[in-house]
Amino acid sequence: MRVFATCIIMLAASCAAWPQAPTEPTPQPRATPADLVAGGRIYGTQCASCHGTRGEGGRGPALARPRLLHAPDDMAMFHVIARGIPDSEMPGHWFTAREIWQVVAFVRTLGRVASEKPAGDPQRGGQLYSAKGGCPRCHTVAGRGGAVGPDLTDIGARRSLAYLREALLQPEAAVPDGFLQVELVTRDGRRITGVRLNEDAFSIQIRDFSDKFRSFWTEELSALNKQPGKSPMPSYTGAFTAAELEDLVAYLDSLRGLP
Amino acid sequence: MRASLLFVAAAASLSAQVPYERILRASSQPENWLTYSGNYQAHRYSTLDQITRSNVQRLRTAWMYQMSHHKVETSPLVFDGIMYITEPPNDVTALDLRTGRPVWSYRRPVPAVPLCCGEVNRGVAALDDQLFLGTLDAHLVALDMKTGRVRWDVAVADYKTAHSITLAPLAIKDKVVVGIAGAEYGIRGFLDAYDAKTGKRAWRFWTVPGPGEPGIETWSGESWRTGGAPTWVTGSYDPEAHLLYWGTGNPGPDFRGDTRAGDNLFSDCLIAVDADTGKLRWYFQFVPHDVNDIDATEIPVLVDAAFRGRPRKLVLFGNRNGFYYILDRLTGEFLLARQFATQTWAKGLDERGRPIRNPASVPSPEGAVVYPDDDGAANWYSPSYSPQTGLFYQNAREKGGIYFLTDAPFEPGKRFMGASRRPIPGEEPWGALRALDAFTGEKKWEFRLASPPWSGILSTAGGVVFSGDLEGNFFALDAASGQPLWRFQTGGAIYANPITYMSEGRQYVAIAAGGAILAFALD
Repeated sequence: MRVFATCIIMLAASCAAWPQAPTEPTPQPRATPADLVAGGRIYGTQCASCHGTRGEGGRGPALARPRLLHAPDDMAMFHVIARGIPDSEMPGHWFTAREIWQVVAFVRTLGRVASEKPAGDPQRGGQLYSAKGGCPRCHTVAGRGGAVGPDLTDIGARRSLAYLREALLQPEAAVPDGFLQVELVTRDGRRITGVRLNEDAFSIQIRDFSDKFRSFWTEELSALNKQPGKSPMPSYTGAFTAAELEDLVAYLDSLRGLP
Repeated sequence: MRASLLFVAAAASLSAQVPYERILRASSQPENWLTYSGNYQAHRYSTLDQITRSNVQRLRTAWMYQMSHHKVETSPLVFDGIMYITEPPNDVTALDLRTGRPVWSYRRPVPAVPLCCGEVNRGVAALDDQLFLGTLDAHLVALDMKTGRVRWDVAVADYKTAHSITLAPLAIKDKVVVGIAGAEYGIRGFLDAYDAKTGKRAWRFWTVPGPGEPGIETWSGESWRTGGAPTWVTGSYDPEAHLLYWGTGNPGPDFRGDTRAGDNLFSDCLIAVDADTGKLRWYFQFVPHDVNDIDATEIPVLVDAAFRGRPRKLVLFGNRNGFYYILDRLTGEFLLARQFATQTWAKGLDERGRPIRNPASVPSPEGAVVYPDDDGAANWYSPSYSPQTGLFYQNAREKGGIYFLTDAPFEPGKRFMGASRRPIPGEEPWGALRALDAFTGEKKWEFRLASPPWSGILSTAGGVVFSGDLEGNFFALDAASGQPLWRFQTGGAIYANPITYMSEGRQYVAIAAGGAILAFALD
């Protein structure tokens, strides 16, 4: 009974202290290591059930990205945490301003790749990318290039050097989330392989490997084979010398997004 | 000026009255849609048969009504020439059935409320000359049916402790029954009934018992105080037995059971309570001591039928936990269960329906792979039961997750979860509309969907099943075979239940998609 009474008093006290309006920002403090730990703790209990333990996403979008749609800067992220995002499942949170800044600091670490200095020459790597590698046939940088492969405009901000190396040598070990190779067979016997852009119960849209957009109703197809883990990208093992590979990795690492 | 003239003209023409007796006979007046699931038995089935499996290809959009939000879960009511919908966050709008034009709107300001799953609302209830709305800030509001003006407005619970209401209330006889949401924030759940005329609370059934009440022994220590067991989906009602059937949600914290040892009654249960008094008649707990957030907040479907050669009063239940159940609805006796979707949390069920737990599915520091994930194999969206085909139509979600144990400190108004979730690498979640033999649970057919669905299902005497998907398709299937018959790309994800009604001699089908309500009829 005493425990109960104490609890009621505590509840009443904390209720009275709650803001009814969203928390207003204070000037952003410099995040200390202790703030990152505290932010990580809050993230783990309050955010990770939707956004994933390491920001991989789930019910909510992935946060392990260098740029976040609703939080291009830290103040925007503060407001998103405090107020939520209208017309979405992201609720507002009754955290103190200090707690919100701690979460902001922690979330920014999720999208950050540990910085390593590449050994190669990015300028030479850029030439290899365009010429010997033939990469622009499938990949886009800053809006130019093919669209079959992932956009590489900010790949250096998103991926480690080790990942980039692996992607060049063993592309099928590094197929990114959301990339799915499909093989379609039409009722008149045509066989088309491409990357899935969109699919629903009645239709599928792909970009075929000649970079052409194609759309099919499912009744136009006799087979639709999904090939998870497959990639049209060739392995560059043997195509480049070890030094050239490092140059190319250095070039990719230098791609940090549009200014 | 034009709008206000319209308002005056339309308001004057309205004389809507929905006495209890009219809702009791809902199945025999299919031109209307009088209560959330179409009838108190929650069949979401209509005897209308103008739209059939042979002419459904001629279905065309009759009108659309646009809202300012893009996730709309409303299930409309229709009667006497008007459709009543809720709009996010907490508005109610009456629409003219002929034109889709608004007659009146009730706009409610909503404070900052902690919500697990968006600013959603699933519809209103009607009784006599009033409509009833549950609000995100945990109020119950009675509106004048003719004008949308407030008759009364009562606080059901304190929203500052993360109580909220998203369901459509259920109006029966002289009361309005309303459930509560907020188990992700450690509320203590309940089911309430209010006097429809005055808004005075008639009874409350605590879904987590307090000291001295039966069931308290299933909660260790003080854990009952934050025990969850919310009641956030509309239940069903047997007027003869005068019993309400309501599903309850997960215990709190969702994924961490060590602080709440015991079965945690009455979480993850189907409860049968006396509609006059709120006294518990029986309960059946689908998941004792849930640590996977598999709420039993689905729709209890009431059917009278011969079962194993004996006439019985049944309740059918497609559960978020991946099993389809049949219980005796007068006694709660477990009669049958059959798995309808992938699940790994249980190794099976014993002869009384109690699950045999799979210890590998308990969230752990190393991560536990669990099917279904915490959005469930089913969820709040409605199934449909067709007496014509004897099939129970259930949208199934095929998706797992990896659950990592975290701390779950309780602070009122803050998340109280106990685990974080990661997607299963390489998994491509999908879904299916499945037709189950209502009396054996055997799958008769399925229609595959590209992603796990959030749409309910309507079946009709025209031999057609309607549903939708997250990719925006509203579609019709042959109720007997599952063959696709018709589709319409609405352009917005569907998170809603379809309904059907008649207006001026034509059968319509309506659904919310994206930020719109669409009504379809034959050309």
